[in-house]
Formats: sequence, C-alpha cells, structure tokens
Amino acid sequence: MRVLPSAVRAGRLGEAEERRPDPGGYVSHPAVGPEGAETAAGGEAKSDPLRERVVQVINKMRRNVMQLDRDSLVQAYRAMVTIRRFEERVQEEFSKGSIPGFVHLYAGQEASAVGICLHLGSKDYIASTHRGHGHSIAKGCDVPGMMAELFGRRTGLCGGKGGSMHIADLDQGMLGANGIVGGGPPLVAGAALTAKTLGNGKVAVAFTGDGASNQGTTFEAMNLAVVLQLPAIFVFENNGYGEYTGASYSVGGRNIAGRAAGFGMPAVKVDGDDFFAVHEAMREATERARGGGGPSAIEVMTCRFYGHHSGDAQLYRGKDEVRRLREEHDCLKLFRRRVREAELLEQHELDAVDHDVAALVEASVVAAQAAALPDPGALLTDVYVSY
Amino acid sequence: MPEKTIRQALHEALVQEMHRDPRVVVIGEDVSGGAGTEGGRDAAGGVMGITKGLIKEFGERRVIDTPITESAIMGAAAGAAVTGLRPVAELMFSDFMGVCFDQIFNKAAKFRYMFGGKARTPLVIRTMVGAGRSAAAQHSQSLYHLFTAIPGLKVVVPSIAYDAKGLLIQAIRDDDPVVFCEHKLMYDLKADVPDEAYTIPFGEAAIVRDGGDVTIVALARMVHYAAQAAETLAAEGIDCEIIDPRTTSPLDEDTILESVARTGRLVVVDEATPRCNMATDIAALVADRAFRALKAPVRRVTAPHTPVPFAPSLERLYIPDPERIAAAVRSVWSYSA
Repeated sequence: MRVLPSAVRAGRLGEAEERRPDPGGYVSHPAVGPEGAETAAGGEAKSDPLRERVVQVINKMRRNVMQLDRDSLVQAYRAMVTIRRFEERVQEEFSKGSIPGFVHLYAGQEASAVGICLHLGSKDYIASTHRGHGHSIAKGCDVPGMMAELFGRRTGLCGGKGGSMHIADLDQGMLGANGIVGGGPPLVAGAALTAKTLGNGKVAVAFTGDGASNQGTTFEAMNLAVVLQLPAIFVFENNGYGEYTGASYSVGGRNIAGRAAGFGMPAVKVDGDDFFAVHEAMREATERARGGGGPSAIEVMTCRFYGHHSGDAQLYRGKDEVRRLREEHDCLKLFRRRVREAELLEQHELDAVDHDVAALVEASVVAAQAAALPDPGALLTDVYVSY
Repeated sequence: MPEKTIRQALHEALVQEMHRDPRVVVIGEDVSGGAGTEGGRDAAGGVMGITKGLIKEFGERRVIDTPITESAIMGAAAGAAVTGLRPVAELMFSDFMGVCFDQIFNKAAKFRYMFGGKARTPLVIRTMVGAGRSAAAQHSQSLYHLFTAIPGLKVVVPSIAYDAKGLLIQAIRDDDPVVFCEHKLMYDLKADVPDEAYTIPFGEAAIVRDGGDVTIVALARMVHYAAQAAETLAAEGIDCEIIDPRTTSPLDEDTILESVARTGRLVVVDEATPRCNMATDIAALVADRAFRALKAPVRRVTAPHTPVPFAPSLERLYIPDPERIAAAVRSVWSYSA
C-alpha cells in the first residue's frame, strides 16, 4: 500500500511502498497527509484522486519548509538533537546504574514532540506520558534541571520528588509526564477548559500513544472536548507498541485517527519520521483551536529506538528491526537531508548545533552527579499548600 | 439569624463565591441540566437542586454541563485547577469514585508533591454520601475515609447547615484539592445560617455538646444520632461530650485527645463500614496518644462489613442508630477493669 508521507520523504512518488518494520501489519495501512481530515474519518484514503492529493501534500510541505525561517529550523533541529542526545546519555547512565527507578526513552520520536511544540508558546499547555523526556525538552523545560531530576537530586525540576515519570514545569506549560497511561487527556481537557473560560487564546495538547488510545479516559476526554468545543489537540504517537504488545493486536479497528474522528473532531494521520509533516498537521490543528474551532487529533506514525523502558530485552522485536529503524526511519537524518537538499541550512550550522547540544547534555550529567541529594526534610513538604 | 437548610446553605455559598471570584466554575453532570432538550437549561440544577439557577446567573461558561463522564469531569477539573480556574466539580455519588478515582488520587492529590511544590490545585469535589434512602449498594456508601487516606486531599464532612456553608466557602478558597461530602439525607436539615459569606477553618472540630463522662466522636448524620443518644443518656445520669471533627483531613486530633483526657472514655460513631474507617482511625489515635487516660476500651459504632442493602428493613439494621450509640456509651461507662 502507498504511504503518502513516506513518498514525500523519499521524494519518489512511485516508489513509496516500503515502510518501517511492521509489528503485525498495523502501520502499513494507508496513511493520510496533514490536510486529510476528511479521509481520516473513514480511515481509508480515497483511491481516485490519490495522485492529485500526493501532489497537493508535497506542495504544501514544500511551502512549509519554505515557511520556516532559518531560526525556526535551527530551533527545531536543536530541540530534536537535544532529545536524542539526552536520551542516549540517559540510557548510558541508566545502564551504569547511576539513575534510579526506570526510564522510558523517547529516541526515534523526536519529530513528533518538536513538530508539535514548535507551534506552542510557554503559556500553552501540554500533558505528556511516561515517555515524557522528549515532550518536556520540546516544550522548553530546563535540560540540566531534567537531568538532575532523573538523578533524584535537589536541583531537579521537581526537587527530586517526581523523577522521570513526573517531570513537570508549570512555568513552561508542561503539566507533567504521567505514570498512568491515558492520564493526560482528561487533564488537557481541563487546561483547554481554562483557556476557553478565560478566553486567553491558549491551546492544550495531550501527547499520548497507541496504548492510551485504548483507555476509556482518552475517549471521555475526546468526547468532552468535542461537546464543550475546547481548544484541545490530541496527539497519538503510534510507535507500534504498547509496552510489549503490538498495536496491531491491541488497537481494535487499527485506526486511531479514525476513532478520534468518530468523536466528531478533524483527525489526521501523519508520518512521524517527517518533522515537516507533523509540523504542518499541527499548524492546522493549532489554528483551528486558537480560532475557536474546537479540538483536533493527530495520529503520528512513529517508532521508538529503545524498548518500552530502558533495560527492556525487547523479545517482541523483529530480527534487525531496531537497526533498520535507525537506518531507514531516523527523523533526525531525514531532517538534515531535507534542509541540506533545500539549502536552507549549512552543514556547519547543523554541526554547530550538534556540538552545542553534546556539551549541554554532558554538562547536565556532570552537574546532576555533583548536585546535592534532596534535604531529608523534603520528604514531608509540599503535600499541601497549607494543612 | 435566618434559618436555612443545608441545600440553601450550599447554594448560597456557591453563588457568593462565584460572584466573588470569576475563576470559580461549576462542572458536572446536570449541574444545570436540560442541555440538548426541548425543556432547555436549568432543568435540574444538580440531582439535589444545589446548583439550580446558577446558569441563569453565571451562564454556560461557568456552569458547565458535562456528559455522564466522571473520569473526564474529575480529570478536566484537576487540569483546570492546576492551570488557573477554581472548579467546583460534582461527583454525584461518592460511590462513583470507582470510575474516576485515578483522576483524584493519582492526579489532583499528587501534583504538588510530585512537581516539587510548584503546583496549586484549588479543586473542590462535591459528592454525596450516606445510606437511608434505599438507594442500595452503589449509591449509599460513606466513603470519606477512602479520600481521607490519600495524602494531598482534604476531606470535609459537615453535619449542619452553618458548617456546610462556611466549610464550602473555605473549600473553594482553599488552594488544595478538597473532597466535600454531603450526606444525602440531610439536605433539608435547618439551622441558623448568616446571609453573608464566612469561612470555617479546616481541622477545627466542633464540640456539639459539652459533657464530662464519655466522649462521643461522630460525623455527618451520626452527629445528630449521637445527640439523640446523649439526651437519653443524660436522663440516666451519663453526661456525654459530642465532638464533630467536621473535616477528616486534616483531623483535629487535639480536640479529641483533650476531651478523652478529661472523660477517659470514648465512643466513635461512623456510618462507614468498620475496616480502616474514621472510627478505627480515631480509636487508633487515642490508643496511641491517650492510652494512660483511658478508663475503658474504645468502642466503635459503625455499619457492618457489608455492602449497603436495599430493603428498608435491612438498611435500618445497617445504619448505626441512637440506640446502638447509647448502648456503646453505657458499656464504656459501666466498664470496670
């Protein structure tokens, strides 16, 4: 089957058959472009004007690439690289035993977090998932503060009391990673309710996944958002797995965007390898939300390079799957290629970002390791504002 | 001072706080009611009429009718609270916590601690408790002890209209999540209630009746049953002190301990089932902190360890009554080691 965003990515319309390794056939059904709200409702792309639509989508994405100024492109690249380096370094430190608990790494999905969050200001809201480092970085959370939090240090974003699964920074509109799958969408409905009630033009985004797409809380939140016409955006990062089980098994109907459309909101499916596809889909959703047009959903077809959690033996993966994902579905590689081919950024600019980010992440680890542990008295504080 | 029912007192508190602070919104199922019907809005005003008329005064933007969707109501209320509104969310029956407790205890209650003290979640959850209407096993429980067990939640259990108004206003102005438990058989109970807005601090028990022989701690409807028992016992020469904690979290431990230090005898009355309930919690508190003052074992008068039955004849047996309370008091009064 043809996958439009892959075609766009490859730049070869007729040769877009291949797709990432498919854990059970789920991700190979037709995807639709970022402007394809009406097709998502039915879940199947209409076959007749397909080529025409492909051209439309490509033209739109070309416009999109051109629409982003150099600063925005550098900002996007910096955020994506920061996430990647952060996660790689966390994996390294976790393997050494220097990070307690457990961590769920976001590497591979960077284009989603960044493509979405580039449309948001610090007063807009996001709620995240257990796999929340990428969303936090994309939303502007302090990287050294995040690293210190993972290490359980006093200087952590949450003073060491939240950890990887509860990183939050309300000043950045980051309402928290969440240890409960499906925990974010109802909160986002609430944040969107605040925005609507106060009339402040803000939007709220629920990052969630294929796993949470099966949770009743997600359904309830989508319905409420439609009923109250809230400025909420539901982003389903479909990485093909809920824990150790394939989405092809767990997602009945195999069409998350279609489910969202069933609640009465525009819903699209985009290639999560392609930052520009995600960014364009989010542009439409954000404009709709800010303009009083109510909620939208975006299903981002993506992949994770690590396991469900760090240390996961990944016995459910196909042979060479991760290697092929890294080779063929690396959103960072694709981004570099796109901006270089379009001559939007110079190689040395990209290299400079890589260099800066590596230094930032390294400094974050060093600082976290050197930071003080939480004061023992912190055990008892901040249960209440007053009690 | 005018006499008002608990229903009127709660309504008045909501109206006054919504006038005072535009961030206060009411959200829940049928809080106005009638959306999408021929009859139109305000068809209900909540199943008990507490929020009747609010939509006319404050509009749809602040009186928010939801689908039947408890998880979304509680989650959205928590999300709205942490982003700047002060929602009063209705969980019609506390029994329904079964479908939405995650939003309350994993979200609203924990934001502040998990986020290192950076979150404020000024959320009020109004919910009904109590048996006595043959509403059967899923609409009759008194589950305030489950909320009380969760760090981060405050829990209010008023017994009279005066307290209901002052405690609800306090709850709305409070910056922490508060579960406000209303006994469904007490809405028409009248008491003197000032017209103006006032607050009652949390964690301050009311001494409903002074007495020197036996301390009775009771909550909600049981406060009134304890008062009836105390009248009977007074005629027998037993002078009871009745303490209504009013809030179970925070709990006014000092008032209870001071009373027991004087009387040496304690009966705790709780309409909830006995395991891990407030009666058991308070008995443990006194055993731990006032052991030397005790002249008799602590007695707990509670519902049995069963679901709430439907048949009125069985439900009467389920609910603690003044006779059982009096019998417990007599047993600790006449106890000799």
